[in-house]
Amino acid sequence: MRYLPLTDTDRQAMLATIGAASIDDLFVDVPEEARLTGPIPGLPMHASEMAVERHFSAMARKNMAAAHHPFFLGAGAYKHHVPASVDHLIQRGEFLTAYTPYQPEIAQGTLQMLFEFQTQVARLFGCDVANASMYDGSTACWEAIGMAVRVTKRSKAVISSGLHPHYVSVAKTMARFTGDTLDLAALDMAQSDNARLLSSIDGETSCVVVQYPDILGRIEDLSAIAQKAHEHGALLIAVVTEPVALGAIKSPGEMGADIVVGEGQSLGVGLQFGGPYVGLFACKEKFVRQMPGRLCGQTVDAEGKRGFVLTLSTREHHIRREKATSNICTNSGLCALAFSIHMSLLGERGLRELAALNHARAVQAADRLTQIPGVTLVNDSSFNEFTLKLPVNARDVVHKLAAKRVLGGVSLGRLYLDQAGLENGLLVAVTEVVSEEDIETFASALQEVLA
Amino acid sequence: MSTVNASGWRPEMGESDVKAAETFTGNRALMLEEALIFEIGDSHTTGVFLDPAPKVHPGRGGWELTGEIGLPGLSEPETVRHYTRLSRQNYAIDLGLFPLGSCTMKHNPRLNEKVARMKGFIDVHPLQPQETVQGALQVINELAFWLVDLTGMHGVAMSPKAGAHGELCGILAIKAALDARGEDRPVILVPESAHGTNPATAAFAGFSVENIPATPEGRVDVAALKARLGPDVAGVMITNPNTCGLFERDLKVISDAVHAAGGYVYCDGANFNAIVGRVRPGDLGVDAMHINLHKTFSTPHGGGGPGSGPVVLSEALAPYGPIPFVAKMPDGSFKLVEEEAAGEMHPETFGRMTAFHGQMGMFTRALAYIMSHGADGLRQVAEDAVLNANYVLRSLEGTLEAPFGASGPCMHEALFTDNGLAEGFSTLDVAKGLIDEGYHPMTVYFPLVVHGAMLVEPTETESKAALDQFIGALRSVANRAKQGDPSLKSAPHHAPRRRLDETLAARKPVLVWKEMELPVAAE
Repeated sequence: MRYLPLTDTDRQAMLATIGAASIDDLFVDVPEEARLTGPIPGLPMHASEMAVERHFSAMARKNMAAAHHPFFLGAGAYKHHVPASVDHLIQRGEFLTAYTPYQPEIAQGTLQMLFEFQTQVARLFGCDVANASMYDGSTACWEAIGMAVRVTKRSKAVISSGLHPHYVSVAKTMARFTGDTLDLAALDMAQSDNARLLSSIDGETSCVVVQYPDILGRIEDLSAIAQKAHEHGALLIAVVTEPVALGAIKSPGEMGADIVVGEGQSLGVGLQFGGPYVGLFACKEKFVRQMPGRLCGQTVDAEGKRGFVLTLSTREHHIRREKATSNICTNSGLCALAFSIHMSLLGERGLRELAALNHARAVQAADRLTQIPGVTLVNDSSFNEFTLKLPVNARDVVHKLAAKRVLGGVSLGRLYLDQAGLENGLLVAVTEVVSEEDIETFASALQEVLA
Repeated sequence: MSTVNASGWRPEMGESDVKAAETFTGNRALMLEEALIFEIGDSHTTGVFLDPAPKVHPGRGGWELTGEIGLPGLSEPETVRHYTRLSRQNYAIDLGLFPLGSCTMKHNPRLNEKVARMKGFIDVHPLQPQETVQGALQVINELAFWLVDLTGMHGVAMSPKAGAHGELCGILAIKAALDARGEDRPVILVPESAHGTNPATAAFAGFSVENIPATPEGRVDVAALKARLGPDVAGVMITNPNTCGLFERDLKVISDAVHAAGGYVYCDGANFNAIVGRVRPGDLGVDAMHINLHKTFSTPHGGGGPGSGPVVLSEALAPYGPIPFVAKMPDGSFKLVEEEAAGEMHPETFGRMTAFHGQMGMFTRALAYIMSHGADGLRQVAEDAVLNANYVLRSLEGTLEAPFGASGPCMHEALFTDNGLAEGFSTLDVAKGLIDEGYHPMTVYFPLVVHGAMLVEPTETESKAALDQFIGALRSVANRAKQGDPSLKSAPHHAPRRRLDETLAARKPVLVWKEMELPVAAE
């Protein structure tokens, strides 16, 4: 059988060494009534490589791939062009088939990469330190809220209405069990949530959580919120779902954020129908011992050569068990590698050029789409994503656009169920993969649908 | 005439007594040193060439970046070389046997990689209209059916991102079920041999954790567990096969007792590889179990993730599982049940655990693996995994102490202790000695229930010849540790790095690269 090298002769010889008459003798501890005597009925038997491939090709063909159509979806997952060398390098078996670097002498490749990744993320976010990755942006966000609770020993988190609604849902799920309080408000397309955030911060507040740019694509100054939070002994957590933006706008750290988390999928990872992605997690140095997740640190070996190890593991579950800062074990190593390779290829110059191109395309698209009668732009500011207000329910429009083979954004109605005032909102993301022809195709299709 | 072993090496020939000179580069032939990107790149270099941005009136709102970020760039040739050189400093399954107990480091089939990269899977957005992603939803649904049937459970939550996230899912489902019953049960019982994530998870969800001891034969002390059950106990988290490599033969008895006392049974499925196709956890009374797709179902570990941890659920807990999930509709189409449809189809859900639908890239790989093996092949997987582990266990009798060797056969992993090593020699020395022999060491110092644990999990994808060589190597290193060979204390000698100073790393953490400050001359 494929993937199984033992032959029947091997098996017999090995059973003889063990002193067992048959393989069943090795399963004697399974209670008799729970032993399965043959393959589970009703399930298919093994299949050839070609048969498996054929089945997957058929399923893959049923999906509309982003690359094959004008594509404008964002809302926490962005389509960017990934250089060919990224996927080639992450498929090297020494990266792909390695384990978490518990034996540092033979894992320096992964460890040095993680050290470089941590540095890239810290610098991008304007923070002192970063960890070796989390599962994704949404789980990084609730881990940050939990960290703020540990740091401040308070349990009220003030959440901006501009935070991705799925991130809010994850935080709500967790808060229900941890007993933390979330101070929430409804999203308003007409104005940002900053005034409420400022007035909600008090001596009970552990943290304020603000997305930057926010779910509608708006960019707001964070420094006033940071100042107010710090005056009251609370932390500012900034959430970045589109890291490419930070090639064009100020980093949250520079504006005073204490913890910056994000979704790193934009660089290197791809859309992948929602996962695996890579959570980014950075903070000020003074909070490092309260951080969740794995950390890679620099040290020396017995000959004095520079090397890297996983460190500060006394925060972690295998040492601290129920007193750990988080239960996270496996993180998102290979996606962190993809992010880091893409970032190394870009460098500062490439990132700025990429950001400039994204912004310019988005401005072009917004200009063109708002020429359609009845379509208005919600945003005063934006990077590569903005919100349009349509004259009709945007959910229907998205389906009609798909029927015309245009993937035309995410409707706010899908993200915010039955919330009055949002049903006509359409979130449109425009990255470097969008051509001027794509914008024109989208505009014509939208005009037809709205006619 | 000296004897040549299977790999062509004549051990007794020893090394040449002519010592090699230090090299100018620090490289040693194919062992190449590599600087950090911050030392070889700069902010003006890029390996990416984009179309020029069209001129537009910027609408960023005045928060334009002014300062320097500090991100070095490399050209494409430099990038490829940098990461290729780094990769060569890693051990990996592709290079050799990786006997890390409890981690199931099996071969990662490349067919999985091929199908996962099909455009229709890798290039679809999680929020595309559902009619444009029917094939992707079908993958999730087909894998879900396999997992339910292989475990004999009622339902499955596909969204958890890794094993520990799956544990959280199961524990949250238990808490939600208790809430629905209006009961406050603050305690979770965890055997002392459990993975560290188990107590961490339970504590994270607000439970207090109490440990249950193990019996001298390495299994959960059923009497102690039963004695602790009561109206304050929400459930138990139990690993089966357990971390000593033994099947918890009383799990059904335990489940019945826990259920009778009003609690639930969480099973850590990290070791499912030992029993897939031979035993269904559902038949043992389990209420929730996570399945690490990166262990049993061969998705690559990637140097520490991404993993994937779907959680199979019993009839009692399934109603509380997370959204979103995929349902197959009567017309044959697939529906992603999100907040909207949940009101009708899954009203008691505890909510979302992550932004989107789970680790799609791992689902495609796991499904390709499962289909390749089929029901017959998966059963053979468990049998060969258990056979290989028992072969290691018995082949090392007389070399290393197997604390539970008398308890009968092991399952997929063989446990040894440091008992019998020379004074001053430890499990760590054996591990580092194995590195010089060209192996990744086994799991060390876990489980905590025995002294100096060495947990060996060969998996089913090793040939008999590969096992024989590994057994020979471990026997040789263990004998050196028993004889007190001083060169073992400073092993590894042949790895890219010698032993690393972990104390220094923790005492003065350097977690990001900083430009070296030039020494200031004294006035």
